[in-house]
Amino acid sequence: MADFLMPKFGGDMAAGTLVAWRKRPGDALKRGDILAEVETDKGTIDVEVFTAGVLEEQLAKPGDRVAVGAPMARIREAGEPVAATTTPAPVPMPQPQLTPAAPVVPAPAVPAAEALERLRVSPSARQRARELGVDLTRVQGTGRGGAITREDIERAAATPPPAPADRAARMRASIAAAMSKSKREIPHYYLATTIDLHTATAWLAERNQTRPVEDRLLVGVLFVKAVALALKRVPELNALWAEGKAVPSADVHVGVAVALRGGGLIAPALRHADQRGLDELMRDFRDLVQRTRTGGLRASELTDPTVTVTSLGDQGVEVVYGIVNPPQTAIVGFGKVVERPWVVDGQVVARPVVTATLSADHRVTDGHRGGVFLAAVDRLLQEPDKL
Amino acid sequence: MPIPGRGRELLRQMLLIRRFEEKAAEMYTQGRIEGFLHLAIGEEAIAVGLMEALTPEDNVVSTYREHGHALARGMSPGVAMAELYGKAAGCSRGRGGSMHLFDAARRFFGGHAIVGSHLPTAVGLALAAKQLGEPRVTACIFGDGAVAEGEFHEALNLASLWRLPVLFVCENNLYAMGTHLSRHQAEPDIAAKAVAYRMEAAVVDGMDVLAVETAARRAVEAIRAGAGPVLLEARTYRFRAHSMYDAELYRPKQEVEEWKQRDPIALFTARLREDGQLTADGLAEVEAAVNAEVAAAVAFAESAPWEPVEDLLKDVHTPVTP
Amino acid sequence: MKTTYREAVRAGLRDALQGDPRVVLMGEDVGRYGGAFACSRGLLDEFGPDRVRDTPLSESGFVGAGIGAALGGLRPIVEVMTVNFSLLAIDQIVNNAALLRHMSGGQFSVPLVVRMATGAGRRVAAQHSHSLEGWYAHVPGLTVLAPATVTDARYMLGSALREPDPVLIFEHMMLYPVEDELEPATQPFDIRRAVVRRAGKDVTLVTHGGSLRKALDAATRLAGDGIDAEVIDLRSLRPLDMATVLASVAKTHRAVVIDEGWRTCGLAAEVAARIAEDGFYDLDAPVARVCSAEVPVPYARHLEDAALPRVETIVATAREVLGHG
Repeated sequence: MADFLMPKFGGDMAAGTLVAWRKRPGDALKRGDILAEVETDKGTIDVEVFTAGVLEEQLAKPGDRVAVGAPMARIREAGEPVAATTTPAPVPMPQPQLTPAAPVVPAPAVPAAEALERLRVSPSARQRARELGVDLTRVQGTGRGGAITREDIERAAATPPPAPADRAARMRASIAAAMSKSKREIPHYYLATTIDLHTATAWLAERNQTRPVEDRLLVGVLFVKAVALALKRVPELNALWAEGKAVPSADVHVGVAVALRGGGLIAPALRHADQRGLDELMRDFRDLVQRTRTGGLRASELTDPTVTVTSLGDQGVEVVYGIVNPPQTAIVGFGKVVERPWVVDGQVVARPVVTATLSADHRVTDGHRGGVFLAAVDRLLQEPDKL
Repeated sequence: MPIPGRGRELLRQMLLIRRFEEKAAEMYTQGRIEGFLHLAIGEEAIAVGLMEALTPEDNVVSTYREHGHALARGMSPGVAMAELYGKAAGCSRGRGGSMHLFDAARRFFGGHAIVGSHLPTAVGLALAAKQLGEPRVTACIFGDGAVAEGEFHEALNLASLWRLPVLFVCENNLYAMGTHLSRHQAEPDIAAKAVAYRMEAAVVDGMDVLAVETAARRAVEAIRAGAGPVLLEARTYRFRAHSMYDAELYRPKQEVEEWKQRDPIALFTARLREDGQLTADGLAEVEAAVNAEVAAAVAFAESAPWEPVEDLLKDVHTPVTP
Repeated sequence: MKTTYREAVRAGLRDALQGDPRVVLMGEDVGRYGGAFACSRGLLDEFGPDRVRDTPLSESGFVGAGIGAALGGLRPIVEVMTVNFSLLAIDQIVNNAALLRHMSGGQFSVPLVVRMATGAGRRVAAQHSHSLEGWYAHVPGLTVLAPATVTDARYMLGSALREPDPVLIFEHMMLYPVEDELEPATQPFDIRRAVVRRAGKDVTLVTHGGSLRKALDAATRLAGDGIDAEVIDLRSLRPLDMATVLASVAKTHRAVVIDEGWRTCGLAAEVAARIAEDGFYDLDAPVARVCSAEVPVPYARHLEDAALPRVETIVATAREVLGHG
């Protein structure tokens, strides 16, 4: 059984429209019989069969437009088909490779002295060099035969003079970029709560009494630990934003913001802050601050944080609303610990309090969760011995 | 028919052309052959009869409907089919295709696609033969359409003026593509035009291979004897369209059917059978042999390699050995 | 030894007919008339009507016959009276002579020489004043030559006859009466190299055929202005000897191409394109062209003069290209 394909009668024939069948299914066919009439641009042409057999099936009906090479009938061939009519796959035609352009006439032998004087520069490139004040003799040409192109001129002009090592400027630029991006892309929401620290500060004072100065805990480390533990309860605030969604982090690495002398801010990570003891955290914190100030931070310490804690307490600021540091999705701020009137059991007393803030990415969390987090931080700071 | 067996040979040659052309049509519809394909089906008697009258030393120049002429001249069907396929094993290395079959060894000078353009070439070949003292006759085959071109007039005039050994053979199949002879010639009697050039002319039944052979032999003898060129008008008919992509809107199907009653192969077969020159078995043998030869030609063409693209720029100029 | 261009052509034809019995000269009025431009006077008497054949006015017929004769073993020189009439035979030249080798897959060669007069300047009006050698230079398979000097007119034909493929030789009709020193032939006589006719260093003037003298005159005038022009005679239009041209441009950095054909799509455009492609970085100014104005050549003398390339125009163009305005 073989498909009979719409034949191609001419170079620009793409299809034919079946006008009429001249044979019906079941009719015997012999070589040279007219199978059908097909309408083409040039008129109606008879389609002949080249094999003997029986027409099994008509695959199109009058009026159908059949593409050249598409099956239009099925024929059951009688006996063996005449050798080599349909079977052999054609020898593939070689693909024309890009024929190389006619060989360029070899550059004529120009006297050497003149060759040195004469630079291979196009008029366009020369013009550009004039505009940009580029010295052609200092330019390396990348065009054909070492010719100097416009791009070569522009590249030479754009190479900046060796920049002075201005870390501060670079850092400023880097912060500017990050903060701008954060504000552009992250819909922030802000929550604040005031936390009674009298239990925590009393505990700290007692704890520090018996220790040398270098081992004393700062209230800040309590804040960091409390945040870290609170994040275990509200892990969405410990997520990192990647490729359009928040990816929760298994670990809690708290970035602690450290101000740099001379300007600038850096927030290296206290890794696994939720799992480590206060003393250990304190030691690491001191180490971080020192290495931050001397420039000895490791790259991973800058990229590890899953959340940032910032504190401006020692500047006397009571409330600090931070800007989320991407790809993090939250930043917790702590102000100065101050004495304020507080109501306890209906009585107004003086208590040391601190205002804790949460700035968070509203794509990831909403106020409710943020509130839960801050409430957790508060609760944790009421039991400093459990931190 | 003095030589026994010769009739069978003439029939075989005509059948070879017929089956070759039918196969070419088939392979064209399958996309193996591209471009233009002009079939000589119905005109076989002229090719075979004419070539019988020529020697291998003579020249032949023809048109784009020249497959039959090339085969009758002795070109291998495989080489011809390979050329139609565009393969490097084709007679013209695949550079020419259907309209440009050439064979230097058989003095077959093409295969020309500009109507009438090759008539002056034939005149030049005859000029060279005469100048060089060679007894060659140049047979120039063209259709009735070429008669309208200026080259017909110029070539016949020049050939007659210089008494050159040219046999002009007009295959008058009544149609110049889609235009009937009566619609493009004020004087449709083609042979009669020879008078204007003081040239001998004859009309012959192009469907009768023996008549063609006889007329051709007579003309060639005269030309070789120095009588100057001769115009032979062979009246024939093409049973197929001008080319593959032709709906034949210009001629009635009845006319085609009428001419098919004078199929040169059928006529000659009947004659040979009548004369006892060919038995039914003999005919079957010839058919089988021809079919096998055509099948082999296709197999050869199918498996032949293509010319590498790297050789694209070859054969524009003749290489000159320093 | 001084001779005219016409005489040089005739001597070349005579050499050819004498040197090889296969050579046949055929064309309109080459025999009894002695040649439309008197290039074949006396040759019929010397070589007889089989070797020097007057043809009917059948350009297609006799150019085609020349092709057939070449195929058949002769070495024909077909004279088409002028390039203007060659249009009647352009099918033979382009569709047969140029293509037969390729179409036959390399089986046949056509060793045919066609000579034609070309150009304008004699007030013979539009149909007799074409310069169409650029059209023929377009076609692969043809070799196109333009002898501009007496020496080239003398010897190019001989080399052309030794080519196995068709060669067209264009003789500018204004050159026929020009008299000049005939140099001895070099063996073999090169027909493919362009030649520096005047060495210079400030600007390259590239030209061929009838415009060579105008270019040389222009160079003389430019020298008076302190501008040293180098003049190159292309000699071969297909193939073009761009190596010579590019070497010159590498030296002068400025090029003016002079061609009597019309400017649009002309031969000068091809030369200019090749200079731009392969000599771009050597140029200090765009390639300039001096060609015929876009008008059929008029009859009235002052109009014809204005239409064709003039020495003044070449000088002005060269100055412009040098930035002297």
